[in-house]
Amino acid sequence: MKKVVIIGATSAIAHQTAILFAKKKYSISLCGRNLERLETVKSDIISRHKTEIFIKEFDVCDFNNMRSNIDSIINQLAGIDILLIAHGLLPDQTESQNSVEKIIKNMNVNANSVMAICSIVAEKMEEQGNGTIAVISSVAGDRGRQSNYIYGSAKAAVSSFLQGLRNRLYHKGVHVLTIKPGFVDTPMTAHLEKNFLFAQADSVAKGIMEAIEAKKDVVYLPKFWALIMWIVKHIPESIFKKLKM
Amino acid sequence: MIDSYYSWGRYPRVSHNDVKKINWNDQLDEIDFSVEENFLPYGLGKSYGDSCLNENNVLIDCRGLKRILHFDSDKGIIKCEAGITLSEILDFSVPRGFFLASTPGTKHITVGGAIANDVHGKNHHVGGTFGVHLIEFTLLRSNGSKIICSRDENSYMFSATIGGLGLTGIITDATFSLKPCKNAFFKMDAIKFDSLEEFFEINEDSEERFDYTVSWIDPNHLRGIYNRGNHLNEETDLELPKPKSIPFPFDAPFINPLSVATFNSLYYHKQNNKTESDIVHFDPFFYPLDAFLGWNKAYGKEGFLQYQFVIPFDNGLTNLKAIIKKIAHSGLSSFLTVLKTFGSVKSPGMLSFPRPGITMAIDFRMTSKTLSILEDIDKLVADCGGVLYPAKDARMSPENFQKFYPQWKDFSQYIDPKFSSSFWRRVTR
Repeated sequence: MKKVVIIGATSAIAHQTAILFAKKKYSISLCGRNLERLETVKSDIISRHKTEIFIKEFDVCDFNNMRSNIDSIINQLAGIDILLIAHGLLPDQTESQNSVEKIIKNMNVNANSVMAICSIVAEKMEEQGNGTIAVISSVAGDRGRQSNYIYGSAKAAVSSFLQGLRNRLYHKGVHVLTIKPGFVDTPMTAHLEKNFLFAQADSVAKGIMEAIEAKKDVVYLPKFWALIMWIVKHIPESIFKKLKM
Repeated sequence: MIDSYYSWGRYPRVSHNDVKKINWNDQLDEIDFSVEENFLPYGLGKSYGDSCLNENNVLIDCRGLKRILHFDSDKGIIKCEAGITLSEILDFSVPRGFFLASTPGTKHITVGGAIANDVHGKNHHVGGTFGVHLIEFTLLRSNGSKIICSRDENSYMFSATIGGLGLTGIITDATFSLKPCKNAFFKMDAIKFDSLEEFFEINEDSEERFDYTVSWIDPNHLRGIYNRGNHLNEETDLELPKPKSIPFPFDAPFINPLSVATFNSLYYHKQNNKTESDIVHFDPFFYPLDAFLGWNKAYGKEGFLQYQFVIPFDNGLTNLKAIIKKIAHSGLSSFLTVLKTFGSVKSPGMLSFPRPGITMAIDFRMTSKTLSILEDIDKLVADCGGVLYPAKDARMSPENFQKFYPQWKDFSQYIDPKFSSSFWRRVTR
């Protein structure tokens, strides 16, 4: 059975995707900062599908111990076939745009940690000659907009990083998947007013599972975001800068 | 000020000073209860009146607590966080061979709400209320204590919380039993009746043989359709599509005397034969109105009231006729009026509404006359020893509430000192 490491496992999308992994009897390591919450997520998954599940306390910003922490996760699981990175933080744009501290924190949580984790796991997968690295980026990374460019720039870094990583690992048999969800109705977006563009976490999870199995490169979830972002990306900058987006 | 939290009837509309959105149980520990305001847990706001509202105070939105914590597939016992919905439980349990032991006419309510209102459904005459099947729950009090409540442990708090309208604290998790089912289907009959006498005849004949019974009645013509059914208790490879829900598109008052008369007539006449039998998915059988998400919008921005009473069997037919006559004479629109008899399965709930007798639920569009007409109907209900359902109420007088629920004073000692609701302040004035 496949072995899956999920970073940020208490996130709603990760939780729903983990349920789908459990259904396939994969062994799963749920990693995150809050052990009590991880325990709750584990109970929910196990109640639905009996499978081997570990939980592991893991701070994505603990860069000094990152390598040993990841080693211990993989050792406990006795290997790794799939890495799903789902942690993230949605900073308030207005509060962060003038705060050096918040800009750095955003980059550390949403970008630097992701690149670090991916690099460490990439080494192992490169060596074993197979595996999947699936990362939740965002449509927000496709173009900087005044309403959300702090978050968006971190996601842009992640998306570019994954392009390069995919190009490198393709030749080694390792699959790299960039997941770009639009608005998802989760605790992260609880403060936003919901409209028809919001998707549910379980439907996004289904899309992630399909993309992993089909070895897709980049997937927009729900799919209609591909069209929206194609348009957004193709508006000339001279016009785009005048828009209130 | 937060104005976006309503009850299902969208009357009254009130503001809350704050809403705490909770996604994890540990976040409840961080709530500062020492502020001036009072608190009230909120699930999906399907209570019709003001029992789920806390005007100028604070709501604790528990919808994010929706995880299953344990499932015993041999005994059919589930433990879950209290913000999970009955719909989410059914999605989980039906494929595993279990159904809810008691469910109201919508599945879009939380388990916490089901307990706090001790909800009932079409099988009350054999299965009792939701509280009957409850084994244990954890109650968080504002002083930070977490109390495990069951029939054996803290049994008074257990009783007070069942039907306790969210006033005794926050239910963080609940354990209850489900009932085995072989599939998602129901075998049902729909029988036309042309008088209340006939309703009672069919009812008497049906209650022993059918676990689920409910009737729709046209109050203006005293006729209706009696629905009865049982789980399809046999192996089947039947595949019925699970119906999709569509959002109700408009926020407009569609309900008026003409549309109601037309609807009621069409509904009665859509069935050609005296009795029609069918095998259906549980969704249209239990939750016909869930097919229209947000159907409450059909009553327009003024909102509506649902009036549900239960009156004793003693002299029931005569009393029921008098009440229905009053409703029909009022000229107030009522659409999908529901009639059922409750059985004698006793709930542990201290303030529970269901008791042996005849229950009827009627929707009333909010107009300038509505409140005074309902006052008049209250008198009839009270005179024959009946009571009203707090979960549906937004207007009964303190005098009537205290008469209907004389145990309210005894109940009060279990209320958390930092909890209150618009309903409770109103009826204990």
